[in-house]
Amino acid sequence: MLSLLTLLPFAGGLIVMALPSAGGRTARRLALGFSLGALALVLWVWSGFNPAVGGFQFEETHPWVTTLALDYHLGVDGLGLLMILLAAIVTPMALLASSKIGTPLYHGLVLWVQAGLFGTFTALNFFHWFLFWELSLVPAFFLIRLWGGPRRGEVATQFFVYTMAGSVALLLAFLGLFLAAHTFEFSRLAEMGRKGELTILLAAKLGGHGLSADHLGLLLFAGVFLGFAVKVPVMPFHTWLPATYAEAPAGTTMLLTGAMSKMGVYGLLRILAPIFPEQMRQLATPLLWLAVATIVFSAGAAFAQRDLKRLLAYSSINHLGYCLLGIAALGSMGGLAAAPERERAAALSGVCLQMFNHGLTAALLFWFAGLIEERGGGLRGLNDFGGLRKVAPVFCGLMGIALFSSLGLPGLNGFIGEFLVFKGAFPLAPWPAAAAVFGLLITAVFILTLIQRVFNGPLNQRWQKFPDLTLAERIAVAPALLLMLALGVYPQLLLGPLHATVQQMVRYWLPG
Amino acid sequence: MLAWTIYLTFLGVAAQALVPRDQARAARVVALLSALAGLGIALAAVLRAPDGQFQTVINVPWIDALGIHYFLGADGISLVLVLLTGIAAVAGILFSWNVEHRPREFFALYLALVAGVYGVFLSFDLFLFFVFYELAIIPKYFLIAIWGSTRREYGAMKLALYSFLGSGMVLVGLLAALVLSGEKTTNLFLLAKHPFPQSFQMWAFPLTFLGFAILAGLWPFHTWAPTGHVAAPTAASMLLAGVVMKLGAYGCLRVAMTVFPHGLDPWGFAVLGLGSWREVFALLAVIGIVYGAMVALVQSDFKFVIGYSSVSHMGLVLLGLVTLQATGMSGAVLQMYSHGIIAGLLFAVVGRMVYERAHTRDLSQLEGMGLGRVLPFAAITFAIASVASMGLPGFSGFVAELHVLLGAGQAFPGLAIAAGVGIVIGVAFILRALQKAFFGEPGPAAETAHPAGGLAACGPISRPERLGAVLLITASLVVGLYPRCLLDLIASALATPLFAELLKGGLR
Repeated sequence: MLSLLTLLPFAGGLIVMALPSAGGRTARRLALGFSLGALALVLWVWSGFNPAVGGFQFEETHPWVTTLALDYHLGVDGLGLLMILLAAIVTPMALLASSKIGTPLYHGLVLWVQAGLFGTFTALNFFHWFLFWELSLVPAFFLIRLWGGPRRGEVATQFFVYTMAGSVALLLAFLGLFLAAHTFEFSRLAEMGRKGELTILLAAKLGGHGLSADHLGLLLFAGVFLGFAVKVPVMPFHTWLPATYAEAPAGTTMLLTGAMSKMGVYGLLRILAPIFPEQMRQLATPLLWLAVATIVFSAGAAFAQRDLKRLLAYSSINHLGYCLLGIAALGSMGGLAAAPERERAAALSGVCLQMFNHGLTAALLFWFAGLIEERGGGLRGLNDFGGLRKVAPVFCGLMGIALFSSLGLPGLNGFIGEFLVFKGAFPLAPWPAAAAVFGLLITAVFILTLIQRVFNGPLNQRWQKFPDLTLAERIAVAPALLLMLALGVYPQLLLGPLHATVQQMVRYWLPG
Repeated sequence: MLAWTIYLTFLGVAAQALVPRDQARAARVVALLSALAGLGIALAAVLRAPDGQFQTVINVPWIDALGIHYFLGADGISLVLVLLTGIAAVAGILFSWNVEHRPREFFALYLALVAGVYGVFLSFDLFLFFVFYELAIIPKYFLIAIWGSTRREYGAMKLALYSFLGSGMVLVGLLAALVLSGEKTTNLFLLAKHPFPQSFQMWAFPLTFLGFAILAGLWPFHTWAPTGHVAAPTAASMLLAGVVMKLGAYGCLRVAMTVFPHGLDPWGFAVLGLGSWREVFALLAVIGIVYGAMVALVQSDFKFVIGYSSVSHMGLVLLGLVTLQATGMSGAVLQMYSHGIIAGLLFAVVGRMVYERAHTRDLSQLEGMGLGRVLPFAAITFAIASVASMGLPGFSGFVAELHVLLGAGQAFPGLAIAAGVGIVIGVAFILRALQKAFFGEPGPAAETAHPAGGLAACGPISRPERLGAVLLITASLVVGLYPRCLLDLIASALATPLFAELLKGGLR
């Protein structure tokens, strides 16, 4: 079942790429059809998902590489389900946003990215998890390289090299883990990590080179962390991101921020925290402050931007910083918390929701930014526009909803995730959480500035003819907007399937 | 059955003599048919093999006075390499479809080389092994000297001299072993069982190992490889990098290491921190991995980039072999297969698809031509080949490198990290070549650089080229996604008594 989920977009991508290059229209429709088919499959998985079970469901296990005793092992829990749902929603959005690009190859590559995402979110063994993790990187590289803006060459290389460096660190760390534990199975490694067997094995198998078990553990932790930190990104590993998001075509940026950045956070939750609970505890304080730095500095940087896409890019870093804050708080020894377990559950649910909601909102925002760029003849500076509200009221109204969701206005989807993260993080780590609030304030300032500069104020005479959203565009963005409203009013929709998973993770797998 | 790979290929050589002189097409078709027959037999043998255990194909007395037998057989390792040879041979012919200069001789020599390679992989009598091993050198020389490009006489001569030097060392080691054993046999299994004195193995092992390793491109004896690969015509580069370098690595594993297993034991003292030949060769292999990758990073000739990348990737094979440990050695054999396929593909793109159309291999000139637009198929093929060469998961290279690194991580943790660094540099050089060659911004020079009116005049990628590329990509992908199809064969072959003594050494 889950294999089929990965296979469908992959095969779809192949079929779409095989179309003659003149068949742009067919390619677009076919690709959209495949991505909607994947969405239907995900909804079907959701309907069969038992929310009362905390462990993995829809599991598949087949022996794969017998010389290393590796299995092909798939499954989803609440977290995985949320992530495949996000990937299934963002991909059709990205395809719709790319309707001006006529080459079949582009649409095929987007589907391949989706296949990589599904694979990553369902794999439970490092071996093929890594396959999909890298598989999503290669098509993304070509999407940027071939269809990006003027600086696409250097930006694509920078993106690839940064991510690759992170991946290599990750791979080396896992080779070390394998040499010690003789398994790539995430749950086995987590079990060993929880019981403290992993450190003993590490010392026994890899020690003796002047490295104590503690150092080895920290070294491997650092390797795995680096791999995910580049992808999320965590400051100071973020420098590839603003340029990449700004240069990539709108649809690709939507995929990057909407779904691929979540691979990093997902990795932190599924892999790093369960396997290294001890190190998470030891490093809780530095990690918390790293999260605070990411949140505050990226918000400050966003405030300083004059380019719409770069502003949104920094705001993306800022929003994922809250996820890191929540995850780091899990390892905190519980400062003021009367019931640390409950607070951890709140923070963890918050992180999961924030991932989903940020994915949805950021994808939509970059879509709108792409539309502005397209209508503005390539301009996207905050000061190039002004007063658009008067000529394009629907455009500004709908983009305004997305912006307010990004700001975290209650009643829209962005609020609940951040609220839960802070609710959990405050008692567990009061000072860092308090410092992170500055990030929220600055976010409010830069988003309001954006609305002020672009939508309000006197109309820039140049844009007298700025077209409003066409009917087709309105229909295209409507589902995402409706979902944002629905989740704002009824977050239980996502919290339901998450609940049991979060309880189980907090009780068994996570530090604390 | 498997012996027919050799016979049918030789039959192809003979059939070239019957082809009329100016019938280039007939020469090609005959060559392709005999290569396809070889591939078919190899594939059938791999699919039918229940496991990697040794199976005798034929064993008859040949030169009674010396106890020499005509002894062909195959275990899992041979099967994997025979399959590689079959694939590489077919692909090479598809990529030489446009050879118009003396096509009969070209394909006759080409098939003779292929037949010799099949023979090496299937021989279990050392005399026979050596005959086939030498047989492969001569056609190589002529293929490069007659049909080659850049500095072809120099490249051909250098390659032949290095090969002969290596063979000479092997010959001395093996003759000494025959004399010392006092047995009237050249059977590999019997010699491997013979308990040679430790002191003898201590010098005979490095001699034979090094002799074979020269052909595998071991640093610092690798210099024949880049010059030879660059000078050779495309099909010969594909065979050289893809298969002939594997002869060296195969000889190291099959002969040097099994006959003199105790040559790998510790010396009992240390020189510069190295305590055994095993550590010496591991260090040289890792230097080769890192050095090859770094040199490839600064080449301006596209083909030299690939040539040095072969040195780097073959270093992984040698590193895997001396781990003396099942995981690392399986990885080494799989890396032989994987590198054979991927290097073949890279050389095919550079030598056939690009060079014969652009008439330059200079990366800075190619950068101005916008090849990505003119030759999209070549660009996509090279992009896939690059991804495979970097060792990204999904392709055979990843599985192989993973095994080698895991094995090396247990045997030589420090060197394994250095090898990992080499692999990262490998990502950089291939990405640089990809960017420059195919995705450079076309400048005004694009149309004027070539007198015949730009690249558009040179025609699209032909059908044989497409078929060849698809064949090689499939061969890498299938193994990358389902590594068991070869790894199970290799692992069970390594579990046979022939390697028992070696693997025991690894546990110490």
